Amino acid sequence: MRTLGAALGMGLATSAMAAECIAPANPGGGWDFTCRTIGKIMHDIGAVDAPIQVTNMAGGGGGLAFNHVVNERNDDPDLVVAASSATATRLAQNAYGGMTADQVSFLGAIGADPGVIVVAKDSPYKGLKDLIDAVIADPKSVTFAGGSAVGGFDHLKVLMALGRAGFNDITAVKYIGLDGGADAITQTIGGHTQAMTGDISEVVGFLSAGEVRVLAVMTDERIPGFEDIPTAREQGIDLVAVNWRGLYVPKGISEADYGKWSKALAAVGDSAEWAAAMKANGLAPFNKVGKDFQDYVNKVVGEVRELSRQIGVIK
Amino acid sequence: MELLAHLAQGFAVALTPTTLLLAVGGCFIGTIVGALPGLGPSNGVAILIPLAFSLGLDATEALVLMTSVYYGAMYGGRISSILLNIPGDEPALMTTLDGYPMARQGRAGDALVLSGVASFVGALLATVGLMLLAPLLARVAYLFGPPEYFALYMLAFCTLGGLASRNQAKSALAAAIGLGIAMIGLDNQTGIPRLTFGEMHLMDGVDFLVAIVGLFAVAEVFIYMENHGRETALGVALGRITVPVKDIVRCSWTMLRATGIGFFAGVLPGAGASLGSFLAYMAEKSAARDKESFGKGNPRGVAAPEAGNNAAAGGALVPMLTLGVPGSGTTAVLLALLLTLNITPGPLLFEERPEVVWGLMAALLIANFVLLVMNVPMVRLFVKILSVPPWLLLPGITMVSFSGIYSLSGSSFDLILMIAFGLLGYALRKLDVPTVPIILGILLGNNMEDSLRRAMVISDGDWTYLFSSGISIGLWAAAVAGFIAPMFLRNLLKRPGAGSG
Repeated sequence: MRTLGAALGMGLATSAMAAECIAPANPGGGWDFTCRTIGKIMHDIGAVDAPIQVTNMAGGGGGLAFNHVVNERNDDPDLVVAASSATATRLAQNAYGGMTADQVSFLGAIGADPGVIVVAKDSPYKGLKDLIDAVIADPKSVTFAGGSAVGGFDHLKVLMALGRAGFNDITAVKYIGLDGGADAITQTIGGHTQAMTGDISEVVGFLSAGEVRVLAVMTDERIPGFEDIPTAREQGIDLVAVNWRGLYVPKGISEADYGKWSKALAAVGDSAEWAAAMKANGLAPFNKVGKDFQDYVNKVVGEVRELSRQIGVIK
Repeated sequence: MELLAHLAQGFAVALTPTTLLLAVGGCFIGTIVGALPGLGPSNGVAILIPLAFSLGLDATEALVLMTSVYYGAMYGGRISSILLNIPGDEPALMTTLDGYPMARQGRAGDALVLSGVASFVGALLATVGLMLLAPLLARVAYLFGPPEYFALYMLAFCTLGGLASRNQAKSALAAAIGLGIAMIGLDNQTGIPRLTFGEMHLMDGVDFLVAIVGLFAVAEVFIYMENHGRETALGVALGRITVPVKDIVRCSWTMLRATGIGFFAGVLPGAGASLGSFLAYMAEKSAARDKESFGKGNPRGVAAPEAGNNAAAGGALVPMLTLGVPGSGTTAVLLALLLTLNITPGPLLFEERPEVVWGLMAALLIANFVLLVMNVPMVRLFVKILSVPPWLLLPGITMVSFSGIYSLSGSSFDLILMIAFGLLGYALRKLDVPTVPIILGILLGNNMEDSLRRAMVISDGDWTYLFSSGISIGLWAAAVAGFIAPMFLRNLLKRPGAGSG
């Protein structure tokens, strides 16, 4: 604990020449964690020369920072920015004032918070298939609660899962957005909604208290530490939906600089320090760096854009 | 007895010299943060998070520091409410209504001491309630679904009309402006931006701190300039500070009632301290025989919101610790801190990390006593900060406001917005439209709208769902009573000689 605190503290120590990591949110959130932890490990393992300075730039759900990078720092080789699935979702939905994903270079993701679908412990739905069958039979019978607004990633996960099961009348699916995953799970335990969609880190406390049942986790394979939770894939729903944690860099930097950052990020992903940090924060392995990751982001942006059009979030 | 054992364990953690020092320091910083307009508890705590990290504090120590700042700010917010008619933070809003008139009558000292004691009672009882009932109370949050929340906010808005006794139409107009402002930003239920005019800075909506500072502090600057320093709210003289025993005794029931209401409002996620102090004030006013004297310096109108908002601050820790659901902006920041420290709040926190939970409880008890001392015998110290001559104080407040607001998002857009609010506040002051309902509209409007629309999604547009539980029916009944009853009862209650309390 002390080391983590000291570690994060060191992230604050600044030097004029150091590289910078922008966390597009206030201290304490996921993007802040990404910058501080990855930046710290990058320096500790010697992947960069100087400590990485963390700047918090909250606003517009990450849009302010994006705008800043595109318009003012487009050729700054010493800048990385924290990103997650939410960044890609918002870009797909035009939520950054018309700016698009190809205006920056996505660098990579080295960890992810896996998506889950959860019901209360006394729910009649025993498996993901039960729940999906119930929605298909009568979409009115199930309300999903999630920690993000309509059209946010929590909502889209449900729609993607239903789409994989052949149900495409997505506007009929009932979803309410609450202020955070814990709020959504509270509503579900209270019986006000039938299922909760979120990330596994949001449900761990309730799961170990026996208040909820996790119907499915949306990863390739079962997650270490939660081996008794089946994946969606095992239950016939071919869906991987995770809230990845990663970085992007300005578009205008040289190929060499992009290569340098990818190498540094990949080195962090392989380090023992990162493995420990992931374990402490409920993240599962998810390693995509460089070109591979850019393709993945483009694919997600495409699918999100299509779904968002169908539910009317964008035109 | 188990409780005492837990508490003893907690004190063993909390009574180390480092922790004590952090508690005292946190209380001091918190009181100043609260007293300065523009710095609310949530950005006070947020700004200090990096400090906790760089000091290398462990989980309990960091929590003690942060919650001391939080409690301190809840105490401190009232100081500028009373002396300057500018709420130091959003929960202290209601305290301006009677606190400032009291100060105007030369009873600033009395108002400060009385509100300090009320804060202490509210916070202390809430801390005890937190210790005894936290795991139990967590269940209450499960009972509140969208229809129940909507009924709760309706209750708040139905009693709003009685807020400004002079002209109800103007206060309704003000509330409508507030609700309109609350609509700005990304619509939570459709994900579509509303009233943002393509401006990205408006996507997250208008921060209520920007509105408060603009409507109160910046507007005050304009008034001051116009009058060349005369007839300004600034510079209320503070006489000798004595303990108004009579008022305190007379307000003892008020404080207890307000504590109960505030604590309950705090326990409900999303409602928070502002709703707590508002409902406590309105309940006190509607229960009082001397309604007319509220808003004119009634001591009970000072004691009720202060006991209410401090109790709500304690109550808001219940859902945060037991469910991981923040009950207010500040607890949201505290929650983020906990997660960063690798503590996952939730149903098992009390069993898995007793040293953190009980250390925190013990620290809260200690912080309360420290704050009582700081805010009653030593209140002069903080008053000093605010009682420099107006020509010095005003630029000072403006400066703190600007830097405080800038620290929220680091964008100059909020500063421009704040000045716009200042102009609005100035115009409204000239038109004699109260600004308090505007803030309440901004604070509660989104939650109310979201609750209604969530309820409509769940029930597929069936409005009877809004009245489908005992809790919501009870709240609706209270709302109707609060809205209609005053219309009929006002004349009945206005008996000669009833205005003495």
